[in-house]
Amino acid sequence: MPSFSRYAGIYSALIRYSLIHEMQFKVNFLLWIVVEALWFGLQLAFMTVLYGHTDQIAGWSRWEVVLLVGCNQFIQQLFHTLFVTNLSNLSELIRKGTLDLLLLQPVNTRFLISVKKFEIGNIVNALMGLVVIAYALAQLGRVPTPAQWLGFVVVCLAGLSVHYSLMFLLACISFWTVRAQGIVWGYYNLFNIARLPAEAFPRGAYRAVFTWVLPMLLVSNVPAKLLAQRLASPWEWLALLGMAAACFVVSELFWRFSLRHYTSASA
Amino acid sequence: MTPVSTDPIPATPSTGLWSKYVHVLSVGIQNTLVYRTNFLFRAAFGLVPLAATLFLWEAIYADKPTGTAIGAYTLAQMVSYYLLVTVVDAFTAVAEDDWQIAADIKDGAVSQFLLKPLDFLAYRLCLYLSGRVIYTSAALIPVAVFLFFQRENLVGPAEPWGWILAPLSVLMAGLLQFLIAYTVALLSFWVLDVSTFIFIQFAFEFLASGHLFPLDILPDGLHRLLLWSPYPYLLYFPVGVYLGRIQGADLWQGFALQSAWVAAAFLIARFVWSRGLRKYTAVGG
Repeated sequence: MPSFSRYAGIYSALIRYSLIHEMQFKVNFLLWIVVEALWFGLQLAFMTVLYGHTDQIAGWSRWEVVLLVGCNQFIQQLFHTLFVTNLSNLSELIRKGTLDLLLLQPVNTRFLISVKKFEIGNIVNALMGLVVIAYALAQLGRVPTPAQWLGFVVVCLAGLSVHYSLMFLLACISFWTVRAQGIVWGYYNLFNIARLPAEAFPRGAYRAVFTWVLPMLLVSNVPAKLLAQRLASPWEWLALLGMAAACFVVSELFWRFSLRHYTSASA
Repeated sequence: MTPVSTDPIPATPSTGLWSKYVHVLSVGIQNTLVYRTNFLFRAAFGLVPLAATLFLWEAIYADKPTGTAIGAYTLAQMVSYYLLVTVVDAFTAVAEDDWQIAADIKDGAVSQFLLKPLDFLAYRLCLYLSGRVIYTSAALIPVAVFLFFQRENLVGPAEPWGWILAPLSVLMAGLLQFLIAYTVALLSFWVLDVSTFIFIQFAFEFLASGHLFPLDILPDGLHRLLLWSPYPYLLYFPVGVYLGRIQGADLWQGFALQSAWVAAAFLIARFVWSRGLRKYTAVGG
C-alpha cells in the first residue's frame, strides 16, 4: 500500500517536527507534565475522600473506581497526545484563512488538521494512567488474560475514536461562528463525567444521552469493566464499538457538509 | 482575541478620580458583551459535571439508611452546598482575565499604563467586574433553570444576618480571586508561557477552595489546616456563612482571615508588579 507508507512518512515527519519544536522549551515541556499529573492526582484524591465515607458507589468498590479513573486518564491523555491541540486549533485556521494552504496540499485535509502537532509530553501522563491501572488490578487481585488485554486495547481505541469524532464535530461549528472556542472547550466538561461509574446515574434522560448520543459513560467504563472482569454482557463493549463507528461516520459527513460552506478569510 | 486590552482608552475630559474608572467599567461591559454567547455555553456546559457530581452523591447516600449524614451533611444539605458553590462561582470566577493580563504584558500593551494616569491593577479590576456582570447575567438563564429543578434543596440563609454577611464574604472572595489571578498572570514578566502556572494554581484552588467537596468532610486536622490557606475563602467560607454552618468564633475568625488574605494578596500583587516592571522591556506597544 504505497498510500499507507506515504501517510506514515508524513506522520513521522510531523512527529519529528513537533519534537524539535517542543525541545526548544524544555522547562515548559516539563511543567505541562506536572500540570496534567496534578489534575490526575486531584481526581484520585476526590475518590479517596468519597471512599473515606462509603465502601461502595453503585456497586463499585474503591479499587474498581481507581481502575476506572486510571483507564480514563490513559484514554484522555492519548487523546491529548494525538488530537486535542490540533482540533482546538481548527477555529484559528478558519479565522486566519490558513486552512486554504492545507486544502491545497496533496494530502487528505482532515488528516493534516487532525494530526499536525504531536504532544509527546502527554504520553508520560498516559503512562501514569497505566501505572495506576496496574496498581489497582494488583489491589483487586485480578490478572487479565492476554485476550483481555487485547480486548482492552481495542476498546481503548474505540473510546479514543469517540472523543476524537465528537470534538472534531464540535470544532467544525467554527465554519459558521468564528468564536467557537467556547464550544470546543465545553467538551472538557463532558470529559469529566467519563471517569464516573455509569451505574451511579439513574436510568433516565441524562444517562441515555451520555450513553447513546454522546457516549461519555461508555468510553472509560467499558475498558475498566473489561479489566476488572465485571462486564455484564458482551453488549457493553459491542455498544462502545458501535457508537465509535457511528460517531466517526457522523463527524465525516458533517465535515464534508461544513467544507462546502467554507468561504476563505484570506485574500 | 482581546478587544478590551488593545482598545486605547478614549481621552474624555475626566472630572474626578472615579470617573475614568467608571468609564473603563462601561467600555469593559460593552466589549465583554461580544462573549455573551460564549458565556452562555460555558455556563450551560458547566452544569453537566455539576449534575454528574450530584448523581454521584445521590448514589452514595442511596446505600445508607435515609437521613444519614456524611460529615455533617444530609443529602439535601450536600446538594444545596454544591448549588451554592455554583452560584458563588458564577459571581467570582475569573474568565479570561488572567490570559488577557498575560497577553497585555507579552505584547507590550502595558506600556500605555506607564504613561497614563491610570493604575493597571484598578483598570484590570474594573474589567474583571464588568466581565462578572456580563457572565452572571448570561449564566442566569441556565443556572436558574437548573436551580428550579433542584428548588427543594435550595435553602435561604440559616440566620437573618446571613443576608448581610454572605454577600460581604462573596465580595471579598471576588477580590481575593481577582488578586490571585492577577498576581499569577504577572509572572509573564519573567516566563514565556504563564498558562502552566495558571493551571497549577487552579488545581490547588479547585481542591482547597471546596469546589470539589465541602472541606469539613475531610479529617478534622486537615480541614483546620486548610482554613489557614487563602483558598477556602474563595468558595467554602462564603457558602458556609450563607448556610449558617460557620458560626460564633469560627465566623469572626473566618472574616478576619479572609480580610487578612485580601490585604496580603493586594500587597503581594503590588510588590510583584513593581519587581516585574524592572524586568519589563516594552515589545511593540
